Amino acid sequence: MEENKSPIMERIAEANKAATTGIDAKDIKNWIKIYIMGKAYTVPADLTILTAMEYAGYKFVRGVGCRQGFCGACATVFRKKGDYKLLTGMACQTRAEDGMYLVQIPFSPAEKAEYDLTKEPYEASVLIKYYPEVVRCVSCNTCTKACPQDLEVMDYVQAAIRGAFDSLSETSFDCIQCGLCAIRCPAEIVQYNVAQLGRRMYGRYGQGVPDHLRKRVKEITEGKFNEDMDKIIKCSIEELRKIYTEREKEPE
Amino acid sequence: MAELTYIAGYPESMRKDIEKVAKTREKRTSYTPAAMTMKERDEVLKIHPDYAPGGKREILVGPNKGDLAPNEVVDLLEAYPLIDQGEVDLSRIDHDPDILIIGGGLAGTTAALWANDCGVPVEKILLTNKLRHGDANSIMAEGGTQAADRQVDSIMKHYIDTIGGGHFANKPDVARTLVEDAPLIMKWLCELGAIFDREENGDLAEKLAGGLSVKRMHSCRDYTGLEEFRVLRDEFRTRQIPYLEHYPAIELLTEAGRVTGAVLWNLETGDYKIVRAKAIIIATGGYGRLHIRGFPTTNHYGATFDGVVLAYRAGAKLRDIDAVQYHPTGAAYPIQIVGYLLTEKLRGSGAQPVNADGEAFVYPLEPRDVEAASIIRECYVRNKGVTTPTGLRGVWLDTPLIEIKNGNGYIEKAFPGMIRMYKRYDIDIRKDPVLVFPTLHYQNGGIETDPDGRTNVEGLWVAGEVSGGVHGKNRLMGNSTLDCLVFGRKAGMSTAEYVKTQKGERKIALDHLKPYVQQLQAAGVKQTRRAPIILPDYRGKAVLARVIDVF
Repeated sequence: MEENKSPIMERIAEANKAATTGIDAKDIKNWIKIYIMGKAYTVPADLTILTAMEYAGYKFVRGVGCRQGFCGACATVFRKKGDYKLLTGMACQTRAEDGMYLVQIPFSPAEKAEYDLTKEPYEASVLIKYYPEVVRCVSCNTCTKACPQDLEVMDYVQAAIRGAFDSLSETSFDCIQCGLCAIRCPAEIVQYNVAQLGRRMYGRYGQGVPDHLRKRVKEITEGKFNEDMDKIIKCSIEELRKIYTEREKEPE
Repeated sequence: MAELTYIAGYPESMRKDIEKVAKTREKRTSYTPAAMTMKERDEVLKIHPDYAPGGKREILVGPNKGDLAPNEVVDLLEAYPLIDQGEVDLSRIDHDPDILIIGGGLAGTTAALWANDCGVPVEKILLTNKLRHGDANSIMAEGGTQAADRQVDSIMKHYIDTIGGGHFANKPDVARTLVEDAPLIMKWLCELGAIFDREENGDLAEKLAGGLSVKRMHSCRDYTGLEEFRVLRDEFRTRQIPYLEHYPAIELLTEAGRVTGAVLWNLETGDYKIVRAKAIIIATGGYGRLHIRGFPTTNHYGATFDGVVLAYRAGAKLRDIDAVQYHPTGAAYPIQIVGYLLTEKLRGSGAQPVNADGEAFVYPLEPRDVEAASIIRECYVRNKGVTTPTGLRGVWLDTPLIEIKNGNGYIEKAFPGMIRMYKRYDIDIRKDPVLVFPTLHYQNGGIETDPDGRTNVEGLWVAGEVSGGVHGKNRLMGNSTLDCLVFGRKAGMSTAEYVKTQKGERKIALDHLKPYVQQLQAAGVKQTRRAPIILPDYRGKAVLARVIDVF
């Protein structure tokens, strides 16, 4: 049996235990107290809101997704000890702190317009046509404060009103569509959907398909590479290995 | 344990090591270790988790009986269904679409759009998701998508890079489709309004990545998968294609060897829905959350291998299921982000892996398995890793080098997601390196297909990570989002053709489970092992020990 073991793999698995299985209390030295929807729980100190809630016994089926800050599913509202402010963040990206009061937002209902991009002219008015409420923006900046990605949300809403597709795209690009801006907005704008339409307009019409890509697609469609590909997929592994090891590399 | 003192995000003990990295940085700007020979690669791969002893065993049941696979994978293939045959009422059909798509990441969403483009009306398509539409590994793809669209490049070069990276085990006709359709997919994305990084003149900006011979990697900052996906989802929603959320599939339905439907389960209320369909596309992604060999993962919460489990019971053949991809650079510090992805684009842009002595010890752009094995060797064989306060080992990824090579401000522009992730822990990746260690990243193999995504089981298609063959034993960076897009499209087109020819009445049954269960019993598999597992369990052990199931 000894050959069928790898001490290195076992050491790696042991070191990573906290990230791969439920946490065992005996491995923990530092503890904090948090309040999940008002109920007090004692949890390990070095966790995110998401993993702290899991330690406390929650098995998530909502309000969770990628667990790494990309999907926007785990929007959360919290208050810190001794602070009157309601704060917002992603549960998977926010450190749990002693005395935190927290709640998950499992779902954000929001209006999304329907449009056919190919039929829309590249004109500033398109965003107001589909999302007229965008002009109700009172420039209060609440959206910006709510954004867990630290985007300048109000600035891109203003860009949307002006129909400035490029700056709207630039400013809103890192949006994960968690919905926290829309939930906090007193003008009831769905900022992230407005930005989505704006970015698609910019991508399709502002940037478009570059010539080199168009050319290559044409070459492929016309069958320019067919003969070479027919040959190469029939190569033996030895032949392929030779081509692979001898191939030239483009410098950095 | 005494309270730790932190300086700019790192404890004092690690600060000393960081100084060594800073000291050698100047010298390393003009020095890159040579790429390994094939022989050197073979040598270091012996320590890769895929080749180190003890991780695999033979599968005892099903179409791939006798093949080797990771223990965690075999556990789920050798598992009993969640439902018994008599337990489910099949007389009421809740949905009766032509095409049922299981899994709504890039592959599933692309399939829906192309099926619709090929004449299947939206009301005849149904997409079901385990979590929300888009809670998938696709949106976490940071680095990019490959496509040979520069004149110095060719689809033959893309093919050779892909096959070489895959240890020449790739299925040739499927790999051919991947590279041939890549430029077409890029054009489609641009037309739908996806915003890719551009050069000053408007050309697509393209970079190198591990195992590439030519700059071919297209990216959208470090949010490539997110940008691609949200554009497709927006188009999907705009067309009002029907979809379900929080409804994982827990079993397929069959009739005489062909797949004819699925049982979906409401994750919140626990009741089920019966779907009958003429064609089914499984696009459920991979298995990172199985934590193979105890590794942390880059994968999303739902990456639990469900699709393969269901298809395998229905008779689908697998291939290359023994090959697991560990991404060389997962976060190893701080503890809250262990296993999270640090995109290969960082190394593509000049960041170097550096050991505890401040030495660059490996060519930064080896194929992923070679790069990962080299980092494990540095930490656990040569003992030149850095140990964290919680006992993890890692090596430095020297991110400040990126700005030395590309100019000030480059990281902020190209890696906003990385900056953000570390800033939350007071670490500035522009000034300090980050600690990395390999992390479980990708299911290289899976359900075997033809170039249209069709499996050996009639009525069943697959697309994306759940499939096997296109990447051989090791996928290259930028070929996963591409895989989803190319074969999502192919599956959508191919099923659209197929359903037009399917006129007859079809029955739905769970008959395929009986012989499978008999095989399990004959193999002596314990009755308690059941699959799919749907979600991993990270609840604290103290709580689980005291749970009483009342409702």
